[in-house]
Amino acid sequence: MANTQAMATSFKVEILNGLHAFGTSVVRGATTADSFKAALYLTTATIAAASTAYTATGEVPGTGYTAGGVDLTGAVDWIAPGSSGTTAFSTPTANIVYTTVTLTTAFDAVMIYNSTQGNRMVSCHTFGSQTITAGTLTLTMPTNDATTGLIRIA
Amino acid sequence: MSDSITTTKGLIDVSLLEKKEGIVDNDNERTEWIEYWLDGELVHRSAHVTLKRNVISNTDIGGFRG
Repeated sequence: MANTQAMATSFKVEILNGLHAFGTSVVRGATTADSFKAALYLTTATIAAASTAYTATGEVPGTGYTAGGVDLTGAVDWIAPGSSGTTAFSTPTANIVYTTVTLTTAFDAVMIYNSTQGNRMVSCHTFGSQTITAGTLTLTMPTNDATTGLIRIA
Repeated sequence: MSDSITTTKGLIDVSLLEKKEGIVDNDNERTEWIEYWLDGELVHRSAHVTLKRNVISNTDIGGFRG
């Protein structure tokens, strides 16, 4: 039996659960999960991997839409991180819904960010350019697994 | 019984509106949109986006062998 160089799959899950701090971290007041939000961005915005936190710059304006976007909803915002094979993954518990909004300036991205921890960015997801008129935008969550989960660490 | 929907002009019976629908389906997303028009004016547009290509971070670790 040989040893195998590897990153522990459990470590990947624990990163998502906030158990490790290789550098200066934050004081966590409880063991409960953080809260997260989802903000929409114009096609002219520049949200990318280098972005670090929620910003109002480039955020979609509109009627019925509040700056900062909407809260992720559910008893907890994310399905408890899990793993399959060597991939850790998690997905928001519920679809992200912007109800009865008018967003007439084209947008094509949603930023998910941690509103408990200084609005730090988690991810940006892009899609085809959209507008909404007195209607509803629904972002349907994918199946939560190692292939399609919204956030995956392989 | 007819259904009403929210529009820029308030609730309107859908039977009075022109309906347009479309689907965008590619490697990145499947988006279904629906529009209602009244006398040539867009009064309602909703969209339903399902993301297919989600965020993945590939990890690697260093070794000690040269």
